[in-house]
Amino acid sequence: MNAPNQSGWKPTTPAAGEGKFGGPATTTGNKALMLEEPLIFEIADNQTTGVDLPEVDTSATTRLGGMARDADIGLPGLAEPEAIRHYTRLSRQNYGIDLGFFPLGSCTMKHNPRLNEKVARMPGFADVHPLQPVDTVRGALGVINELAHWLIKLTGMHGVAMSPKAGAHGELCGILCIRAALEARGDAREVVLVPESAHGTNPATAAFAGYRVEGIPANADGRVDLEALKARLGPDVAAVMITNPNTCGLFEPDMRAISDAVHAAGGFVYCDGANFNAIVGRVRPGDLGVDAMHINLHKTFSTPHGGGGPGSGPVVLSEALSPFGPLPYTARTKDGVVHLVEEEGADAFAKEHFGGPLSHFGRMTAFHGQMGMFTRALTYMLSHGADGLKQVAEDAVLNANYILRSMEDVLYAPYAPSGPCMHEALFGDKDFADGLSTMDLAKGMIDEGYHPMTMYFPLVVHGAMLVEPTETESKATIDQFITAFRSVVERAKAGDQTLATAPHYAPRSRMDETQAARKPLLAYTDPE
Amino acid sequence: MRYLPLTDTDRSAMLDTIGASSVDDLFIDVPEVARLDGPIRDLPMHAGEMAVEKHMRTLSKQNLAAADAAFFLGAGAYRHHVPASVDHIIQRGEFLTAYTPYQPEIAQGTLQMLFEFQSQVARLYGCAVANASMYDGSTACWEAVAMAHRVTKRKRVVLSGALHPHYAEVVRTMAKFTDDDIAGAKPAISAQPDNAGLIARIDDNTSCVVVQYPDILGRLPDLEEIAEAAHAKGALLIAVNTEPVALGAIKSPGELGADIVVGEGQSIGVGLQFGGPYLGLFAVRDKKHVRQMPGRLCGETVDADGKRGFVLTLSTREQHIRREKATSNICTNSGLCALAFSVHMTLLGEKGLRQLAAENHRLSCIAADKLAAVPGVTVLNDSFFNEFTIMFDADARQIVRDLAEDKILAGVSLGRLYPDVDAFSGGLLVAVTETTTEEDIETLCSALKEKLA
Amino acid sequence: MARYFTDEHEWIDVEGDTATVGITDYAQEQLGDIVFVETPEVGSMVDKGGDAAVVESVKAASDVYAPITGEVVEGNAALEEDPALVNTSPEEDGWFFKMTIGDKDELEGLMDAKAYEAFVASL
Repeated sequence: MNAPNQSGWKPTTPAAGEGKFGGPATTTGNKALMLEEPLIFEIADNQTTGVDLPEVDTSATTRLGGMARDADIGLPGLAEPEAIRHYTRLSRQNYGIDLGFFPLGSCTMKHNPRLNEKVARMPGFADVHPLQPVDTVRGALGVINELAHWLIKLTGMHGVAMSPKAGAHGELCGILCIRAALEARGDAREVVLVPESAHGTNPATAAFAGYRVEGIPANADGRVDLEALKARLGPDVAAVMITNPNTCGLFEPDMRAISDAVHAAGGFVYCDGANFNAIVGRVRPGDLGVDAMHINLHKTFSTPHGGGGPGSGPVVLSEALSPFGPLPYTARTKDGVVHLVEEEGADAFAKEHFGGPLSHFGRMTAFHGQMGMFTRALTYMLSHGADGLKQVAEDAVLNANYILRSMEDVLYAPYAPSGPCMHEALFGDKDFADGLSTMDLAKGMIDEGYHPMTMYFPLVVHGAMLVEPTETESKATIDQFITAFRSVVERAKAGDQTLATAPHYAPRSRMDETQAARKPLLAYTDPE
Repeated sequence: MRYLPLTDTDRSAMLDTIGASSVDDLFIDVPEVARLDGPIRDLPMHAGEMAVEKHMRTLSKQNLAAADAAFFLGAGAYRHHVPASVDHIIQRGEFLTAYTPYQPEIAQGTLQMLFEFQSQVARLYGCAVANASMYDGSTACWEAVAMAHRVTKRKRVVLSGALHPHYAEVVRTMAKFTDDDIAGAKPAISAQPDNAGLIARIDDNTSCVVVQYPDILGRLPDLEEIAEAAHAKGALLIAVNTEPVALGAIKSPGELGADIVVGEGQSIGVGLQFGGPYLGLFAVRDKKHVRQMPGRLCGETVDADGKRGFVLTLSTREQHIRREKATSNICTNSGLCALAFSVHMTLLGEKGLRQLAAENHRLSCIAADKLAAVPGVTVLNDSFFNEFTIMFDADARQIVRDLAEDKILAGVSLGRLYPDVDAFSGGLLVAVTETTTEEDIETLCSALKEKLA
Repeated sequence: MARYFTDEHEWIDVEGDTATVGITDYAQEQLGDIVFVETPEVGSMVDKGGDAAVVESVKAASDVYAPITGEVVEGNAALEEDPALVNTSPEEDGWFFKMTIGDKDELEGLMDAKAYEAFVASL
């Protein structure tokens, strides 16, 4: 695949036939490999099962204490062949990284290596219980500890809280560490400063932790206005939440000065680690004065997104914040043994091995965090090594700049004049014809066979399009994408109204989201 | 490097297009102090598949896998057989490598699956609406408490003493930051849960009562009685279930009057995985509470051609729109675990789930009777589903450690869960599922006989 | 009966001691298809400029501020079934809530129809 559409094939305009593509309508509604699939509730019944279990006489005496179920649950069952077919058909209505280019800004949709999957399924990781005696799970604790070591080294930080279940959970963990540290010194502060370009989770997190959220102004270059920030800092500011590289795809060159100013005012610096892929192996946030940063293992470290989760969000912590991280945690002592530190004996353990009591703020989840993601992420890190991860950041940034410079002559790129971008390139809809929007362009990209870029984020650029190619795409793939992107941009500028009704070739055309929200249908109901 | 397609030729051609002389030019905004001169020290260099696999296998082998032991652990995570086809489906790239379905035209696979999942969970819980899942049972439990605060505008939370102590600890941790007042307790070591004591703690300021069903000791509290008492005071009943298989044999919390039902879905399809990723389930009995729910919701609608389809909906509750006014800061769900749950549940169906529940209960009754016959062992519970508490006159933690050396994972000691309560040190939670054989039960009984003699 | 307007694009009908509050035609056009309206609880006190109601489209939630201080006496129950009323009849059937008028002086700072029309034209 070196050039787009090598065969020279041209799409035909839909004719005035009955079928959407100009052909005849089909009886089933299917179109060859495009297969419609009903809901399980419409094809299954309560007598069929796809598992073989013994018939147990349920009328026998039970110990259910009068709580025995009498009503039907209403769960549909399918035999195995039908179940496989149902889900396989559904899967084919999805776009995924395995299928094509997924330039979704701020989401880091990189290739998910299959070795990770194989390792996560090793019985010693997949088939162990979180409350087994610790002597039977030393290897699992070792994985957590080894991953923690990598995260600490890669970020130049002091400690890491491994248990948060996702990025937003990690953010919450970081802010709660900050609050615990402030409380420990008897310093009640009320405000967290968040730039307008931040992810929505930032203000939601700060508000949850009981802080008032105030904005930080940006300068014309799309970066934090250092002087304005300094002017606002004071004894009421608990923390500043910064995304670096920021959501405009730019590195904050004043990051060290920002951190120094925040620290001088007695506050802490939280860094949103969503964009770590731009700098992994090349820049350590610890060198920039960051106090806490969550790492999305499902972004930078290639664990699968899985259609919306599960994520995993360990939080690296500065020396000042490390004692406040939540339980449980793992620690390797001088004798090389990895320990699991839970509620019992946490203080004694800390006194013996770290020379001071811990002031952990509590527990964020029932067990030890996303073990299944830890094994995958560690496998990925070991595969790349320190040298490979550095190359990851470099190729990710190179790919993004290549797209930026290949598009800026046809598409408004507000920050292109100020220099290189990091791992994502930001564009706006300034020159689109009246009546056509970023949404229309994105849906046009679907017809070209791509997942759209991130749209309308960050909020600071009108009709924003945020393109993040990642390092796992070849030059040929990116060249083809650029050709397609340019052509759809030209159509949007020329006022091509077929974009307004795109996508034309997806399993569904545009969905009526208004109806969905006005009359929510959130569960299947049996027909009367 | 096998995951990086760019060649050096590509890189220099691309740098030419950009107008940069080297990749360093692209990092000029990084301050001098933070520029590294080479790969980060103290970390190994890249390695091939074989070497990495070998390293990870070595770590894996340092663990005693449940399949290699007589296994009786539960306490919020249960070992069940997962059909092979479940893992096959979740490894299909179109599910595994998809993003959150914000582009519904090319994400109907994930969306329809989520709609089916929500419907399955709602029915299992006896509720009107379930969401597209949370991180795990413990965080779902906290989210329910936070929701009860929003609905009732009250802050006093009554936790049953028999709520999983880790769940209670998560709630207590989070409540510190929201000014909710948490009234907790330790479980009474008794054959029956102390409903009367719990009901006496509900007052006019109570936002919710949180009750686990089956509870941490495996007993089955009558939720109906608690629901009535809570409703009489204007409080909500939050039912917490950590073993969804149980609901194939016992009444659903919704039909007993629970207002919010949350729990851990790991038992169906997900596996043990040393504690995560798991699957938080969250449902409300009355759909009038839908707009106060946290997390993603998938709903049915039509496309521009009138074809049925599904979208994420009611997203104005969520952080990416409401920012600091969102119902929760949660962003992800446990998508792939929800898929595993849904596939497994579809394979089971009504018939399979009820057979599975019956088989779990049958084996548990056998285990309880055989253990009761071991001198020095008392079975505490009057009622249970597939997990119950036994008591010794000895430190159960030590017994668990000793038995582990003979590849018997005897259960979760109460001492592990309640390290500060001496009176619990002789307690052991024993869980029995369809994966437990009668031979395993014999092995446990004879080992205990020897130990306690 | 007198109708007033605010620069937050709300209208207020005053009849005796009771005011009816809604959002203007201009506001509903800006918001697009309305999917949900959260009206304030009957009996709650609202302060001039404070949050009183929330109006939601598919992708946005906007706060509606109380134009004056007073006690909420009724929310528009019809909006629960049919939030589209805000789009089809913003200044009649799509009203949000009725409230008492705590301080008549607060009405004086508001615009009349003509002034509001000029205000919208200036945007």
